[in-house]
Amino acid sequence: MAILALLLLIPSARADEAPLTATPGDATRGRAIVADRTRGLCLLCHSGPIPEERFQGNLAPPLDGAGLRWTAAELRLRLVDGKRLNPDSIMPSYYRTEGLHRVAPAQRGRPILAAQEIEDVIAYLLTLREEPPR
Amino acid sequence: MRRTLALLLLALPASAQDRRSGFEDMARETQAMQRDDMQNPGMLWVAEGEERFNRDCTSCHTEASMRGVAARYPAWDEATGAPIDLAGRISACVERHQRATPPARESQALLALTAYVAHQSRGLPISRPTDPRLAPALAQGRALYGERRGQLDLSCVQCHDDNAGRRLAGSVIPQAHPTGYPLYRLEWQGLGSLQRRLRGCMTGVRSEPFAYGAAEYVALEIFLNDRAAGMAIETPAVRP
Repeated sequence: MAILALLLLIPSARADEAPLTATPGDATRGRAIVADRTRGLCLLCHSGPIPEERFQGNLAPPLDGAGLRWTAAELRLRLVDGKRLNPDSIMPSYYRTEGLHRVAPAQRGRPILAAQEIEDVIAYLLTLREEPPR
Repeated sequence: MRRTLALLLLALPASAQDRRSGFEDMARETQAMQRDDMQNPGMLWVAEGEERFNRDCTSCHTEASMRGVAARYPAWDEATGAPIDLAGRISACVERHQRATPPARESQALLALTAYVAHQSRGLPISRPTDPRLAPALAQGRALYGERRGQLDLSCVQCHDDNAGRRLAGSVIPQAHPTGYPLYRLEWQGLGSLQRRLRGCMTGVRSEPFAYGAAEYVALEIFLNDRAAGMAIETPAVRP
């Protein structure tokens, strides 16, 4: 019984199939979240086809082409808790509140993005079907 | 021959190869601002510190005796049996010897005095903290530097060692060598301490910062000085 419970707790290693919400993600809202460096934070580390945001980071691969490389389920896993794939990743887990250390009081117990926001970001990333400019 | 050299370089720890002060990654205009004492806004604090020093400190200390002091801090404080940083030492001196209310952390008075004293060591190399009594704090500092924290779950290492030189949004991530504190940050429009800077990173990763004066900051400073030992002091530095 305990073993069964443990097995149920082990997350799928490759993808999170089930959407986090019943409402489908909205790519327009997702783009706004990605572009907002205090909400999505994405452009601090990644670059992406969002030309109005001039200062984009280069700590992580470009977001361009994300929709070619990954399925919705694969993107969901990488956003929700990419450390399940790579524990050393610098990418924050956007929908995990456990196992963190000294979280500021204002953010304690809260994920970086809400469930619907994550679905919106996934919907936007799926629209990125061109490889980054060289 | 060249190959042997390259191999030799690879064998050295990264810190000995190419440590660089944040100064080197700044725009030319910001570098010029730091270099020219007439333009460097930090010199206003140094001047105020000099006035305070000449008024309050010269019955025991001379300007000449302050040379090299900042390069040796944090140091062991016999009275409390704990490591103490330069600002803490100045504050303790006011309290113990002048029997006056010690200036608060990050107050204009303490920043000015600290900047003045540290400025007397400009150009001198940061000493390696070799006092064996500092060893536990050095180890604690190293652990804090490597510890992931906050909602963003990042450690100092992940940005300042693993990704130094890359761009976080528009800013080059520096190697985090504390060569110029207290320093003038354009973002602050003022002079601030290393503790203020450390707090900035801690709140940046959405973690709860330690209180000003906490032992954790002194431990981190000891570790950072160990890492930056030999690099020249720039106080008052200017940073973007």
